[in-house]
Amino acid sequence: MSIWQPVGRATAVALLTPALLMSAARLLPAQSPKAPASASRIPFEKFTLPNGLEVILHVDRSVPIVTVNSWYKVGSGDEKPGRTGFAHLFEHVMFMGSQHVPVGKFDEWLEAAGANNNGSTTFDRTNYYETGPSNALPLMLWLDADRMGWLLPTMDKPKLDLQRDVVKNERRQSYDNVPYGRAYETMLPVLFPSTHPYSWPVIGSMADLGAASVEDVSEFFRKYYAPNNASIAIAGDFNADSAKVWVRKYFNSVPRNPDAPVRPTVPPPRLTRDTIMTMEDRVQLPRLYFMWHGVKTFSADDAALDALTDIVAGGKSSRLYRTMVYEKQIAQDVGMNNGASKLDGLLLLSATAKPGVHPKQLAAEIDAALRDVAQNGVTERELTRVKNGVRASLLDELSSVLGKADRLNYYNYFVGTPDYLEQDLARYERLTVADVQRVAKQYVVGRPRITMTVVPEGKTDLAFTAGGSH
Amino acid sequence: MRRLSMAVIGACLTPTVAQAQAKPASTVPPTLSAPKPLTLPQMVERTLPNGLRLVIVPQRELPVVDATLVVRSGSEADPRGKAGLATLTANMLDEGAGNRDALGLAEQIGYLAIRLGTGATFEQSSVSLHTTRATLDSALALMADVVLRPTFAEKEFARLKNDRLTSLLQEADRGPALADRAFNAILFGEDHPYGRSTSGTREDAETLTRDDVVQFWKSWYRPNNATLVIVGDITIADAVARATTAFGAWDRASLPVLAKNTPPAASATRIYVIDKPKAPQTSFRIGGIGVARSTKDYYPLMVMNTALGASFTSRLNNNLRETKGYTYGAGSGFAMRREPGAFTARAEIVAEKTDSALIEFMKELNGIRTPMPAAELAKTKRYLQLGYAERFESTGDIASQIAALVPYGVPLTALGTFNRGIGAVTAADVQRAATQYLDPSKLAIVVAGDRASIEPALKALKLAPVEVRDAKGRAAITP
Repeated sequence: MSIWQPVGRATAVALLTPALLMSAARLLPAQSPKAPASASRIPFEKFTLPNGLEVILHVDRSVPIVTVNSWYKVGSGDEKPGRTGFAHLFEHVMFMGSQHVPVGKFDEWLEAAGANNNGSTTFDRTNYYETGPSNALPLMLWLDADRMGWLLPTMDKPKLDLQRDVVKNERRQSYDNVPYGRAYETMLPVLFPSTHPYSWPVIGSMADLGAASVEDVSEFFRKYYAPNNASIAIAGDFNADSAKVWVRKYFNSVPRNPDAPVRPTVPPPRLTRDTIMTMEDRVQLPRLYFMWHGVKTFSADDAALDALTDIVAGGKSSRLYRTMVYEKQIAQDVGMNNGASKLDGLLLLSATAKPGVHPKQLAAEIDAALRDVAQNGVTERELTRVKNGVRASLLDELSSVLGKADRLNYYNYFVGTPDYLEQDLARYERLTVADVQRVAKQYVVGRPRITMTVVPEGKTDLAFTAGGSH
Repeated sequence: MRRLSMAVIGACLTPTVAQAQAKPASTVPPTLSAPKPLTLPQMVERTLPNGLRLVIVPQRELPVVDATLVVRSGSEADPRGKAGLATLTANMLDEGAGNRDALGLAEQIGYLAIRLGTGATFEQSSVSLHTTRATLDSALALMADVVLRPTFAEKEFARLKNDRLTSLLQEADRGPALADRAFNAILFGEDHPYGRSTSGTREDAETLTRDDVVQFWKSWYRPNNATLVIVGDITIADAVARATTAFGAWDRASLPVLAKNTPPAASATRIYVIDKPKAPQTSFRIGGIGVARSTKDYYPLMVMNTALGASFTSRLNNNLRETKGYTYGAGSGFAMRREPGAFTARAEIVAEKTDSALIEFMKELNGIRTPMPAAELAKTKRYLQLGYAERFESTGDIASQIAALVPYGVPLTALGTFNRGIGAVTAADVQRAATQYLDPSKLAIVVAGDRASIEPALKALKLAPVEVRDAKGRAAITP
């Protein structure tokens, strides 16, 4: 499922080619039983400028390319009601030029140097990145410094209005004009109270996007877009001494924000009993969703919930694929995901009914499978498959300099140090079948949940209405 | 200088003077040193006695291997009335092979944490593997099972056929998918392979049998019709030995000969409306029949199309997104196939700007036929040349670059002459290519959206005749 993909600036034409596989030199994956995966790490150097900007360097000279990856510690989780979607709208505005970069030149100058760029926003953070030939590094750094320090002098309403229209079209293209595209945002405000910033989606509402003002842009920039609320990771083919000179030259003059922002304290989720919902959409087949309250990312049960959701409905070797898609053929697809974020988390399971199948049949099958895990646990082989898969997918994610830079920033933000790959893998290596069984009981089976059926327009008889069978 | 902010005024104990005077180190972009030349990896070709061509690229930095088998036949070879057969055959390969059934195979792939994918496009069927060096033996054995010993069990076939029919049903949910299907059908006609979808149609899918799949596999999956690309932590000798173990017993056979297709003559520009009631966006697909991969104008077309619609700053994206705000992204591309494929300009446009967007599309399609300013030409060429290294970052990237040449018989040396080819393109070449291959008076303009709101506006433009077609691109029965 794609619900955890960040909301971004990418378009069909500007998407970076995802580098799926590994070539970057310095990551050392497991090779034999004597060298377990926990030996993996990404070598790096980290330092902090006087203005608070954290800088992370990873040298990999295997291919003459370099990436600059900036993380700002702000996401839709910092938004206020009435301005939902603003963090992501702001991300778009960051590409509209700054005091010394006229409108359009940010992209033009990078392309003329052979580089690509993009950005994305999640509940918790906003990132920006450029990737290109290694000689373009000073240009990337200068452009990023200019918008970090001097975005506002040339900010105006036309820039904001233009990106507001673009983002509204992003919302239409990614959610409103997509089958089932509004299901997730319809369930969020049931799981979280309206004062919780995870009760709305990162993309925000059309009305709030329309309400955003230039003053909002200025205030948001001053509060969150300061060097002491950001980190930049540089990865690829460069000389570390030269990179440090450029970083200090361009970023030292960016003023810090003396009032560093604090993330909001949030109310607990409000789901105390089962809720059953129905939504009509322009679709051919009904789709059933279950949502439960989950955990924060990197908290104690996060890894066990990843394992549980993978074993229950993660791909062709999962239990529900076997029973629902393969054996009984009552579902066209099924998937389950552990969505753990910084302030809170949720679990989401969805399955699309085959023609002629009522979603209550799906619910019965899903509940039987979940009860089975709670009562009888999972097998050692299933858990080993999860561990092998986590190791492989983590290592594959780090196959490009962009992937490695993003991963270093990710750990730096969520656990406070870039040096966490080994510990991250160890969270999964430590798991036992008992852990998986325990979290099934603790978070899923018999716990309050949201059930929603998206039905074809006018076919509310296809909704799942009877609850509590679990 | 940055404006004095409230935050600065409020911070009594911080050195406010420094902040009030904050200035960038430089107000102009830095001058860059010369780019480093890209050295392409060593690529070696071998042929096994059964005719299987090998391309081997040792990359020893990491203990991983990518192996891609490209069979040079795909949906182009779907028999009449059997559209979708090539993709269904490819999908069936890993639904049981060797001594494993479908679930057993999926479980083993999951347990080893390797990736093994199968698929087909118009001109190729492929099986691709990504594995660590440690699991290479087991992974290659599984890959060989999938290619040489698929079981094609009747019950798996029935399940996949049902899955295909359900997917085709769900296509009606997605306006962009309707536009894609209708555009190709209108442009090429359903008698031409490129006029059909590689996933076929409901009518055709219902007639497919297990025997069709077996026959397709037996006819086309032959070593003398295939290339195996191996990139990663392996020596040339070891790669040849392992390829021989895995695929040496594969029997060669003579291949059926496909009839040549005649592309239909281009007709006068016309607007085709596909109704997708209440769609908040209109899916635009505008284009004509373009060129084959063998075109002598490969490089001029690449430069021209990159400037028109294949980079963020390209004319279409800059106009429709970054100036007008009508869309999240606009672009264009030439599908260079064995025979001439489509040129397509595309975007998802907010419904109420459907007519305005068409005016801008036409402006850019006309504009690209006039001489390209020197600065734009230089930027575009540099973007392509300097960005080329990124296509060779990982073992998977390298395998993709090589595999993409296989169906067209393009030699490996083409990878090494890319930058020279781009470098030689002149403004006159670009204009000639645009004029020759992009004729605004002979376009199919397909728009899938909310007919009730967009059709009157499109008619009012008086740009071209407006015709309503159904979701397959066929003449609609409704008035």
